[in-house]
Amino acid sequence: METTRKKFNWRRFAIASLVLYIVFLIGPVVGLDIPVVYAAIKANPLQLVQFLIIGISNGAIIAIIALGYTMVYGIIELINFAHGDVYMIGVFTSLTVLSLTGTLESKDPVKIVFGLILALIVSVVFCAVLNATIERLAYRRLRNAPRLAPLISAIGMSFIIENIGLMWAAQAWLVPSFGTTGGASQKVFPDMLGILFTSLGWDVNLLASSGIALRLTIKDVIVIVLAVALMTGLYLFVQRTRLGKAMRATAQNRDAAKMLGIDIDWVITATFLIGGGLAGAAGLMAGLYNNTAWWFMGFRAGLQSFTAAVLGGIGNITGGMLGGFLIGLLASFSDGYLNARWTNALVFATLVLILLFRPTGLLGEQTGQKA
Amino acid sequence: MLELKDVHTYYGNIHALKGISLKVNDGEIVTLIGSNGAGKSTTLRTIQGLNKPRSGSIVLDGVELHKLPAHEIATLGVAQSPEGRMIFPRMTVMENLEMGAYVRKDLTSFKDDIEHVFSLFPRLKERITQKGGTLSGGEQQMLAMGRALMAKPKILLLDEPSMGLAPLLVELIFDIIKKLNEEGTTILLVEQNALMALSIAHRGYVLQTGEIILSDSAKNLKNDEMVQKSYLGVE
Repeated sequence: METTRKKFNWRRFAIASLVLYIVFLIGPVVGLDIPVVYAAIKANPLQLVQFLIIGISNGAIIAIIALGYTMVYGIIELINFAHGDVYMIGVFTSLTVLSLTGTLESKDPVKIVFGLILALIVSVVFCAVLNATIERLAYRRLRNAPRLAPLISAIGMSFIIENIGLMWAAQAWLVPSFGTTGGASQKVFPDMLGILFTSLGWDVNLLASSGIALRLTIKDVIVIVLAVALMTGLYLFVQRTRLGKAMRATAQNRDAAKMLGIDIDWVITATFLIGGGLAGAAGLMAGLYNNTAWWFMGFRAGLQSFTAAVLGGIGNITGGMLGGFLIGLLASFSDGYLNARWTNALVFATLVLILLFRPTGLLGEQTGQKA
Repeated sequence: MLELKDVHTYYGNIHALKGISLKVNDGEIVTLIGSNGAGKSTTLRTIQGLNKPRSGSIVLDGVELHKLPAHEIATLGVAQSPEGRMIFPRMTVMENLEMGAYVRKDLTSFKDDIEHVFSLFPRLKERITQKGGTLSGGEQQMLAMGRALMAKPKILLLDEPSMGLAPLLVELIFDIIKKLNEEGTTILLVEQNALMALSIAHRGYVLQTGEIILSDSAKNLKNDEMVQKSYLGVE
């Protein structure tokens, strides 16, 4: 109940104006020109739908990663900066499994399907265990330390994992296509879904025979369906199961949860396992969809997903999903109509604006002990 | 049943409990009275394992509680309606009650137990789908007690159940405590409202700056001159 009118916040206004100034005035110099974009949309409206499809698919992947951020934040109020890199490890794990099982060279649809399912399982399990190990090593002892300490140790874990990725990408004996150029360059993640459906005699583009100049590929459908299935599964898990309820209880009041017999350490480990598993699944999906593997890809994906989590309201699972799709769409339109170089700037401008005007996010709610 | 022997608890460097020894027998209501900061809530938190004693022992039916983590203590039949109520604000009343039964392996009587809680606190039944955080203070207190009861505890720890409640509601809560005890629940009751507490308790302990300065039957404490002066407001 506010009795006095809220005073206008000049400082927020000034910072927001500055952000908008950068976007709209300096923007055209670097290729961001609103009239040009408008003309492009008018000339080819179908393209807009195309970017929408790409945005939703990438958004689905971002949403899955964002869930890992938001779940961990919800329960221990820590931004797990290593999470994006766990996703990168998921991409590498999937690729390595596909390589070692001989799936990459295979043209046999049955073999490819089995290889992909195996890659999904291994990647999910490996990333889940990796994420829980990170918690055990780097965060658990700092749980009662000042907030900055685990944050810094999270950034440290992120550097360590990025360097593991860098070394991994140089191991041509694991994945021959990594080549001999060292680990720093972007590697190809073969288009296994494309190969699979071509070998079945299908057109990868589902709209090919319809005459519409649009690409809605089987890859889009698979990524979106898998993401929605994972999200629904997670939502039901958290709402209905005993462990899910224990997770919510722990997030809302840790002492009360202990008092009721909930093993906090196990609940936190489980949260990291689930978040890591989702990152592993996202890793395979992203590899198959965008066809690249790069040691540094976790950084960008991580920051976009983190922004998505904050946009939706950090700590809120539904918010993480919503934020993921919104950031995916924003990134896709920016890639398409502006310039890919602008995408990160726009995503971060979004982050700044949310933090200024609605720090709790779109579906935001309080986290922690406040009753 | 429950016995504390020379328990010392610290918050950092602050010596909060300075050698507490007390005993709760089966079927009793024992009350801890004392002013703000005397260590009443700390005693309950220490029994529950939320604060670990630095020395001393806490034994429940032969099991040494002070060596166990909090969640295992809960499974041994210790439940608490804590200071500040600590209900889950974004869970419904029903979910809060379900969480109360988290430690129980045998849930065959779950429905009857929920009904029992609702018969004690009919208001909760009206609020069943409401989020815990939207309840009034009195309703939250009922929910905290109901949640503790859902664990079917051997011993129920109640921390200031009358805090911040309207006088009529205080009467009601104390009637319910008495009723629960008559049904066989052992209760350790922490109260600032010493008069009410002593009127339903069998025995009592008086706590002052982390030490027990007096222990006797509730009746004798009520008539004790020092208790009357300091805690019952009798001049």
